[in-house]
Amino acid sequence: MNASHDTLDDLISQEYQHGFETAIEADAIPPGLSEETVRLISARKNEPEFLLQWRLEAYRRWLKMTPPSWASVHHPPIDYQDIVYYSAPKSQKDGPKSLDEVDPELLKTYEKLGIPLHERAILAGVAVDAVFDSVSVATTFKEKLAEVGIIFCSFSEAVQHHPEWIKQYLGTVVPVQDNFYAALNSAVFSDGSFVYIPPGVRCPMELSTYFRINAKNTGQFERTLIIADKGASVSYLEGCTAPMRDENQLHAAVVELVALEDANIKYSTVQNWYPGDKEGRGGIYNFVTKRGDCRGARAKISWTQVETGSAITWKYPSVILRGDDSVGEFYSVALTNHRQQADTGTKMIHIGKNTRSTIVSKGISAGFGHQAYRGLVRIARSARGARNHTQCDSLLLGDRCQAHTYPYIEVKNNSSTVEHEASTSRIGEDQLFFCRQRGLSAEDAVSMIVNGFCKEVFKELPMEFAVEAQKLLGVSLEGSVG
Amino acid sequence: MLQIKELTASVGDKEILKGINLNVNPGEIHAIMGPNGSGKSTLSNVLAGRENVTVTGGSLLWHDKNLLDMEIEERAREGIFLAFQYPVEIPGVGNVYLLKAALNAQRQHRGLPELDAMDFLALVKEKMKLMEMNESMLYRAVNEGFSGGEKKRNEILQMAVLEPELAILDETDSGLDIDALKIVSNGVNSLRSPTRSMILVTHYQRLLDYIKPDFVHVLAGGRIVRSGGPELAHELERDGYAWIAESGAYGVGL
Repeated sequence: MNASHDTLDDLISQEYQHGFETAIEADAIPPGLSEETVRLISARKNEPEFLLQWRLEAYRRWLKMTPPSWASVHHPPIDYQDIVYYSAPKSQKDGPKSLDEVDPELLKTYEKLGIPLHERAILAGVAVDAVFDSVSVATTFKEKLAEVGIIFCSFSEAVQHHPEWIKQYLGTVVPVQDNFYAALNSAVFSDGSFVYIPPGVRCPMELSTYFRINAKNTGQFERTLIIADKGASVSYLEGCTAPMRDENQLHAAVVELVALEDANIKYSTVQNWYPGDKEGRGGIYNFVTKRGDCRGARAKISWTQVETGSAITWKYPSVILRGDDSVGEFYSVALTNHRQQADTGTKMIHIGKNTRSTIVSKGISAGFGHQAYRGLVRIARSARGARNHTQCDSLLLGDRCQAHTYPYIEVKNNSSTVEHEASTSRIGEDQLFFCRQRGLSAEDAVSMIVNGFCKEVFKELPMEFAVEAQKLLGVSLEGSVG
Repeated sequence: MLQIKELTASVGDKEILKGINLNVNPGEIHAIMGPNGSGKSTLSNVLAGRENVTVTGGSLLWHDKNLLDMEIEERAREGIFLAFQYPVEIPGVGNVYLLKAALNAQRQHRGLPELDAMDFLALVKEKMKLMEMNESMLYRAVNEGFSGGEKKRNEILQMAVLEPELAILDETDSGLDIDALKIVSNGVNSLRSPTRSMILVTHYQRLLDYIKPDFVHVLAGGRIVRSGGPELAHELERDGYAWIAESGAYGVGL
């Protein structure tokens, strides 16, 4: 029995493999947060007055707010005056028009991550809006998308070229005062992605953004807004890895999705930020607010996430089911190893009639990992005939990790159906022995069993992402899986 | 090719095997019978290298290599196969996926090229006919929702695909009705060859009516107390194991 514990221990104690830092000069505003910082950020980005006022409003609200204390995570207090709120690679000033003009150091970083931007983007037919630190430096396929009227650009560009969309939709899904981190983001957000799909248009390719946190001590405050107009559909992929470092880094992103009548948005995330070392030093604090709003009838929003990185994950991609017959989905795989902590889940807010939601959450905890599923299913009085099905499974590796489940269910009418299933299991010594007896290495056996456990979620991911996700689980648990 | 000498082993603090001696040559089928708690399953587990069994003495040679130095998966790749008494379920992992991964891991070990999906499927489908299995079972999760008979057939299918040199069948007959027993036995018999050996671990003569052993050994109290030809199994069926207790060899698990 001890021997098999040791095997598991060896497997789960591999170190993070994407740890490196690119030497690029960063043009940063000094650390600290004040009304002046907010004005400076807005000015650097040449923003219209309405946006500056919106940021200032958020900042004033944030001053009066306190960080949430209900999550099942523990960390020392964050000194918000010790954070750099804006940093842009120097090369940005010259405004690269194509990849040829992009800092070669930056491109090398992508190479290391296995993302040869130009080749991969073209070969895979994926448009990449690469966010490096806080400013977008490369956007591909924009023209092809423009042919069908799709706007896919950095948030800053959208502010310059399509301020009317920003004014109409920004903060309408996640209001500035929504929560502490969302308010902070609203005040100081640096950049992110903007997508608009016109009525009836089905986006011809998967839209993809690779995020990467780089300059030291730089908090990342991404802001993403995706709007699918009537009858439009889009699949958006977000993937990340980050360099190794010692100090904790705060990441407080906000993602807003708006789906109008008959629109369909699928948002997939693979997150692999630096989780800290074996003792829990360093690592990213990932405090993210993601929410979608099914504003029209028969709209559909689907979140799929694979969360293997970050020291702390605090994240609840949610759907407001406003339109009648609208559909919300949440598929999640979260893995915590070593000293990682994750408090993650979703909120499904049923308002429209006959709205439906599905929640499938798979948590894997290893080492001293600490994990909580926290989910809210709220069925309003108006949501006659609403339905929800929740399935929430936890898998434990070793005997020092934790898994918790906190389901909140509120039903305000008598014509709705809500189902909740939960299970907790352990990778069995029997299963490992069986696989190895058939000739598989212990590593491959664990990887196979874990991937089997996550299958229901992986099948929701776009194909190439599913492959990446499986590899990532392999890497996060074991080092290398062929 | 398999030589077991004075093998002793314990599970936790309890000594289960108290000096086993057994030689298995290519092509031979050995049946190991014995009462509950005599150490039959422990012997199977020791051969496969299960980590909850601690070998405390003696030797275990496989083609003159020390089996005790080899990890579970190395033994498997060197041609030792264990058909489980209680096959485990692996939710979400397709039967076909496990089989292909296992076969290719073994082929790689032997310096053979991996089989691609087409060749592999052709191979598996042929073997499934042998076991009278429905192809849909390939795409179901490993043993999940399988009946007892289906699980045992699945074990023999794995054996047919992996083509081991030594197959240890741990109470493969338990929980099988007569029809399933026939199918499983036919499958096993079709895998008999002059180069493949088998160890059948069983309580009952019944299995041996279908799979004819060359040798029968009686395991009791952690030792082989009697060895003989197939006739010994009939004798046991008639007289039971009570004579062992009288001879004083019956020590474990009572």
